[in-house]
Amino acid sequence: MSLATVWFVFIGLMLTGYAILDGFDLGVGALHLFVARNDRERTQVLNSIGPVWDGNEVWLIASGGALFAAFPHAYATVFSGFYLAMVMLLGALIVRATSIEFRGKETARIWRAGWDLGFALGSIAAVLLFGIALGNVLRGIPIDPDGGYRGGLVGLLNPFAISIGVLALGLALLQGSAWLVLKTEGPVQDRARWTGGFALFLILAAWIAASGLGWSDARRVFDNFGSLLAWAAPVLTAAVMVLMVMAWRARQDGRSFLFSSLAVLGMAATAGLALYPNLVPAVDVSRSVTIDNAHSSDTALTLLLMVGLIGMPIVIGYTAFIYWKFKGKVRLDEAGY
Amino acid sequence: MDVVQLDRLQFALTISFHFVFPAVTIGLAMLIAIVETLRWWTKRDIYDRLSVFITKLFAVTFVIGVVSGIVMEFQFGTNWSRFSGFVGDIFGVPLAAEGISAFFLESAFVGIVLFGRNRVGSTLRWIAGLLVFGGTTLSAFWILVANSWMQTPAGFKIVTDSSGAQKAQMTDFFQAMFNPSTLPRFFHTVTACYVVGAFFLMGVCAWYVLRGRGSDVTSFALRLSVAIAFLGAGGMFATGDLQTREVQANQPLKFAAMEGVCQTANGVPLDLIAIPPSQNCSTGTGLGISIPYGLSAMSDLNPNGQIKGLDQQPDQSLWPPVAETFMSFHLMVGLGAMMMLLMLVGVFFWWRHALEKHRWWLWLAVIAIPAPIIATEFGWMTAEVGRQPWIVQGLMMVSAGTSPSVSATDVTISLIGIVLLYALLFFLWIYGLTREIRRGPELAPGEHALAPPVAVGPHEGGVTPATGKAGR
Repeated sequence: MSLATVWFVFIGLMLTGYAILDGFDLGVGALHLFVARNDRERTQVLNSIGPVWDGNEVWLIASGGALFAAFPHAYATVFSGFYLAMVMLLGALIVRATSIEFRGKETARIWRAGWDLGFALGSIAAVLLFGIALGNVLRGIPIDPDGGYRGGLVGLLNPFAISIGVLALGLALLQGSAWLVLKTEGPVQDRARWTGGFALFLILAAWIAASGLGWSDARRVFDNFGSLLAWAAPVLTAAVMVLMVMAWRARQDGRSFLFSSLAVLGMAATAGLALYPNLVPAVDVSRSVTIDNAHSSDTALTLLLMVGLIGMPIVIGYTAFIYWKFKGKVRLDEAGY
Repeated sequence: MDVVQLDRLQFALTISFHFVFPAVTIGLAMLIAIVETLRWWTKRDIYDRLSVFITKLFAVTFVIGVVSGIVMEFQFGTNWSRFSGFVGDIFGVPLAAEGISAFFLESAFVGIVLFGRNRVGSTLRWIAGLLVFGGTTLSAFWILVANSWMQTPAGFKIVTDSSGAQKAQMTDFFQAMFNPSTLPRFFHTVTACYVVGAFFLMGVCAWYVLRGRGSDVTSFALRLSVAIAFLGAGGMFATGDLQTREVQANQPLKFAAMEGVCQTANGVPLDLIAIPPSQNCSTGTGLGISIPYGLSAMSDLNPNGQIKGLDQQPDQSLWPPVAETFMSFHLMVGLGAMMMLLMLVGVFFWWRHALEKHRWWLWLAVIAIPAPIIATEFGWMTAEVGRQPWIVQGLMMVSAGTSPSVSATDVTISLIGIVLLYALLFFLWIYGLTREIRRGPELAPGEHALAPPVAVGPHEGGVTPATGKAGR
């Protein structure tokens, strides 16, 4: 395996880490208005992600930095090509973050209602945009000779990409529900059990839709699935989903969160397999941004690998430590929003 | 405006806005680290209350810094895709290292600093404070590595990639990371951030004294911040001198524009206040106060030493905007001098045991809260405007770095969105700070402030001023 391929896998794993971790707090945001009906419940929901959401978001920033460093052309092509979508994504992330932080600062109803709405809509929009962007990358985009993509916002809204957006939303809702069941009690927990079930159906529907639409509209997605080995990823994902359903029904809350996270990992691995060896496949294959034509020099990649191999275990270590420190159900009597 | 101008405007706007927040958080994180160390060491309640108070100011600022920072991380790709392709091999490494070594650290442990007062022990809380401080300063280092490489590129070669585009490729990691301007700029910028934090706390404490709300906490915090602000203001001149010499050596045109030197000459005076030269140098600096032979004496340590002017580069299209560079540099230095003066007086009053007695000085300390922030912004303008028309000095023009697929309409839309959103963020920041400042630090048991803290009703899950259990 070449150094660049190692980086393809490494960035894939970092983005998966982001999808798992920010996935649950984005999901919590998307569920917020529904699972928490009064002010006390909403504070409870916010406090469940309070100490960790910011750290979760760093996975995105670090992945962006790593993509810039390891595959500058992929970073440049996607971010400039999806310009307005990216700006909207950044706007959504800003709105939801400020909503989390400023909601608790006043007690006026309109103040809190406004931030509640911002938190929910910002989270939903962010997840959908991530999914739609990924869907378009998987499908392949028309890249101009100068390396730019000029499809605009409308070009991104094709059925396949939207189905991936819905799939992403389903996964975030599942992650968020599993997290809330783990961290809360009472009515919020009860509603989160319900939303988790709903999310499972949504995922199933979106998965079937994406497969069908992929076959008709994004055939390149199946290119790598000629080999039997590649099928391991979707098959294992399906198996994890079955285990997830069983754990959810048995109210094994810890396992549910684990299986939900593994399902995200499985979906990400499937997407990664469908993409390989491209980073941004083009409609005209000769213009595709691939691992081979986009990677940085071996000097830079080696350095980065050292930074990553030393840094990431430490990061994972103290992140786990902090989750452990804040383990257990949310208590409203302590520091919080 | 064409798309290059719009891209530049958007970048200038987002970076100037963003930089306010890291500057304040880096400064406050340093203060938190000091106070936490005192708290951990002495176990005294006063340090606990002060640490919690600074943490609240930190928290409000931190969140705005985080969200405006995400925009920065992605803007290289969205608006400057050709620049990203050109520098990725070198520029990406510090950016990725910043994410992995610094952002994770500060964001993870900020959770403990802000939420962990009742969850973790005294020692872990102290360590978390130190790690947040370390993380913020480390992130400043990495981003300055990246920016310094744009000013004084080193340790690279230019290669042509498969698509025919040129790009810089790293040949020597240490030369690229520790390029000629990295360390002087890191020292100068980080010292500036510490000064920003110290002036911030100093002004807030002065306000409490003026409003009759002084307490043991504010009294200690005032002295701590005066000490740091004084040392820091001195440090600014030392590191500034270092950096200016570096600029003179490595970016001589920027230096000539900063000092307003049109013609190469001997015995050049130092302009203190003056009308800047015109862009083509048809008129030089005028109508001002200057020290004869000053610039030669300072830069060359010889009153008759030669200073190279803008005329060293006959092609005027390669000159930076002269007036903007000159003015931002002089405004920065002028503000710095005024801050130094304020701190000299402050230290004198402190020595005479009269720090809290001179109301005019306290008022000046309040007014001076934004002074170092503004000076820092002028400093960055000097650095970045002085680099024009290059995006990477000598290697790539700004106009060659934009994204080909992003139109002027696209950038206009994003610019409008960003202006609106950032206006909201700025309002929220001021609101959040005002709210925490009006509440103030907790008082010692049995102590009464003259004016009661403004109680914003503790609601379900809200915050309770009496116990200081406010989150971010």
